[in-house]
Amino acid sequence: MKEALLKVENLRAGIDGKEILRGLNLTVHPGEVHAIMGPNGSGKSTFGGVLAGDPRFSVESGSATFHGTDLFGLSPEDRSHEGLFLSFQYPVEIPGVTMVNFMRAAVNAKRKYFGQEPMGAADFLKMMRQKRAIVELDNKLASRSVNEGFSGGEKKRNEIFQMAVLEPRLAILDETDSGLDIDALRIVAAGVNALKTNDNATIVITHYQRLLDYIKPDFVHILYKGQIVHSGGPELALELEEKGYDWIKQQHQS
Amino acid sequence: MNNEQHNPQTAGTRPAACPAAGNDSAVIAQATTGDYKYGFSSDIDTEIIPPGLSEDVVRLISEKKKEPQWLLDFRLEAFRYWKTLTPPTWAHLDIPTIDFQAISYYAAPVKKEGPKSLDEVDPKILDTFNRLGIPIEEQKALSGMAVDAVMDSVSVRTTHRERLAEMGIIFCSFSEAVRDYPDLVRKYLGKVVGYRDNFYAALNSAVFSDGSFVYIPKGVRCPMELSTYFRINSAGTGQFERTLIVADDDSYVSYLEGCTAPMRDENQLHAAIVEIIVEDRAEVKYSTVQNWYAGDREGRGGVYNLVTKRGLCRGTNSKLSWTQVETGSAITWKYPSCVLSGEGAVGEFYSVAVTRNRQQADTGTKMIHLASGTRSTIVSKGISTGHSQNSYRGLVRVAPKADNCRNYTQCDSLLLSDTCGAHTFPEIQVANPSAVVEHEATTSKISEQQLFYCNQRGIPTEKAVALIVNGYAREVMNKLPMEFAVEAQKLLEITLQDSVG
Repeated sequence: MKEALLKVENLRAGIDGKEILRGLNLTVHPGEVHAIMGPNGSGKSTFGGVLAGDPRFSVESGSATFHGTDLFGLSPEDRSHEGLFLSFQYPVEIPGVTMVNFMRAAVNAKRKYFGQEPMGAADFLKMMRQKRAIVELDNKLASRSVNEGFSGGEKKRNEIFQMAVLEPRLAILDETDSGLDIDALRIVAAGVNALKTNDNATIVITHYQRLLDYIKPDFVHILYKGQIVHSGGPELALELEEKGYDWIKQQHQS
Repeated sequence: MNNEQHNPQTAGTRPAACPAAGNDSAVIAQATTGDYKYGFSSDIDTEIIPPGLSEDVVRLISEKKKEPQWLLDFRLEAFRYWKTLTPPTWAHLDIPTIDFQAISYYAAPVKKEGPKSLDEVDPKILDTFNRLGIPIEEQKALSGMAVDAVMDSVSVRTTHRERLAEMGIIFCSFSEAVRDYPDLVRKYLGKVVGYRDNFYAALNSAVFSDGSFVYIPKGVRCPMELSTYFRINSAGTGQFERTLIVADDDSYVSYLEGCTAPMRDENQLHAAIVEIIVEDRAEVKYSTVQNWYAGDREGRGGVYNLVTKRGLCRGTNSKLSWTQVETGSAITWKYPSCVLSGEGAVGEFYSVAVTRNRQQADTGTKMIHLASGTRSTIVSKGISTGHSQNSYRGLVRVAPKADNCRNYTQCDSLLLSDTCGAHTFPEIQVANPSAVVEHEATTSKISEQQLFYCNQRGIPTEKAVALIVNGYAREVMNKLPMEFAVEAQKLLEITLQDSVG
């Protein structure tokens, strides 16, 4: 068995003093795709935010070990450098900052972290070209402002583009399917699948089974009231699709 | 139809509205209190006259510069008028009382004869410019830019003059222009900004020391950017430049002005005048990057930048474009304006003004539409942090006989702290019903989510702030000539980053 890429133990975290994650456990190994499903308000997005270091959330107790490192001991940017990527449910607009400048700053910050020289302009533009092809974004992307004026589908494709550039070890896709039409969904999923290797892993956070038709999970977990209450294989997602979340709620309310 | 579009939130003063300062504000505050990079003074032999201002001093200045009688008369008239005035108080500025008798009105590096080549220029002067990042030699060789460097009151040297002269272009120090082209100077001096214009204009007209003179003859497109770098060096001296640019019919020129001043404890007064005349179908682009010493974090020291800049677009279809990036000075009082008196004339004003610590800026423009079919565009981007005060003040006036005029004004404020103030004072006077005048304004903050988004992609907060601020200012930065834009972008980053240690 390979060493775990991410090991989350008994994680308790919340926002403004309100506890949302109530003792969450999850282990992810390289090469695996995990889907985290659950009803609204169960803590799915909080989990992604806490792992990435979103300052809105505070960790109360528990631990997260990311390839041997204490994840919560790292700043958000160092978590990024160490290979953690969060695809945002609502990507933020940054007016006037072009994608090319934004990604150059990101790539060169990472290179600096690993003691490497900044990437030359020509090499960088070449890489941008290759990576944007993965999510079928056109050459206007480089000069557009970060997420400004992007359609819902473009925003999500742009997230996967950034993931392709940064080549994370662990990608967390937070509701990447929300607001996507079927074509955009297909492009996004194809992008994620193309980036999959035996060394990296993906956590897909989703409300619906739909995305999992395109990104095949190895494991499906059901998050409810801040805990993973059920884990299983891909068939669990189909079961949820059929029965809805009510049976989970009933099981755990009684 | 009087088609004024007015955003309700822009009416009158718009105080800083930053109620929900997240914990990012501490980080931003830290990232935006860097020290001044250009704070050094050069040890150069300087001839300086004792402090004080009187008719005798005005005569002495004129005499030292070997000026003709008409110019002395001009100075004396201005001086007599100035004595009747008091400093204006209408700006949203807290200007300490200036003792005009405590200032020396003339300082010049001591030299034997005017330098004929770079080898003859005092190496320390060249070193000063190099430390400012303005290698004259390099610029001369690489960028094909003609530089007229002004240190204190006397122009140090002018490059590329010969090449320009072949095309009939005059680009020289103001003193030389008075000596070599007295008729031209006399014809245009004070025609756009008269000495009766305001307190500081009167003062400048009385004591102006040097500056630049540009004349572009009919039909000539100036083949290079003309550039003046101003630098205030001597302690306790004011600097009173006078710039006069005349673009004759069908000509074009792009003029760059860069300003720095060394760190001094006492405040330094800078009261300049820029006059521009644009004839038929001529175009002038005037770009400024100003990073004079802004005082320390507690607001001690720094330059008072009290400047009158105005262009007269009296030619048909003439065009004047002001672009300014203002990051320095303790106090800025400056309204580069366009008087559009030629039919179809175009005026533009693009501004980025950054204030931090205790800096105060009251800056903007006036667009005076006197002729039909004139158009103007105003884009003002204020960035404020610390305890600074940043105001946009603008006037758009359309005269009764000016038909079909257009103005578009966009006025944005970015607040980086919850202790700064951003204000807008837009005034619109439309006396012709065919005018279309639009005004848009926004106020924004850098959000915690924007910073987290950058952080998540590996960009540290300090770099993220610089990136976001540069993005915010991009529309204006894009108007700067290329080599200047890069410099200005770096300046914004330096200004807003903690450059200590």
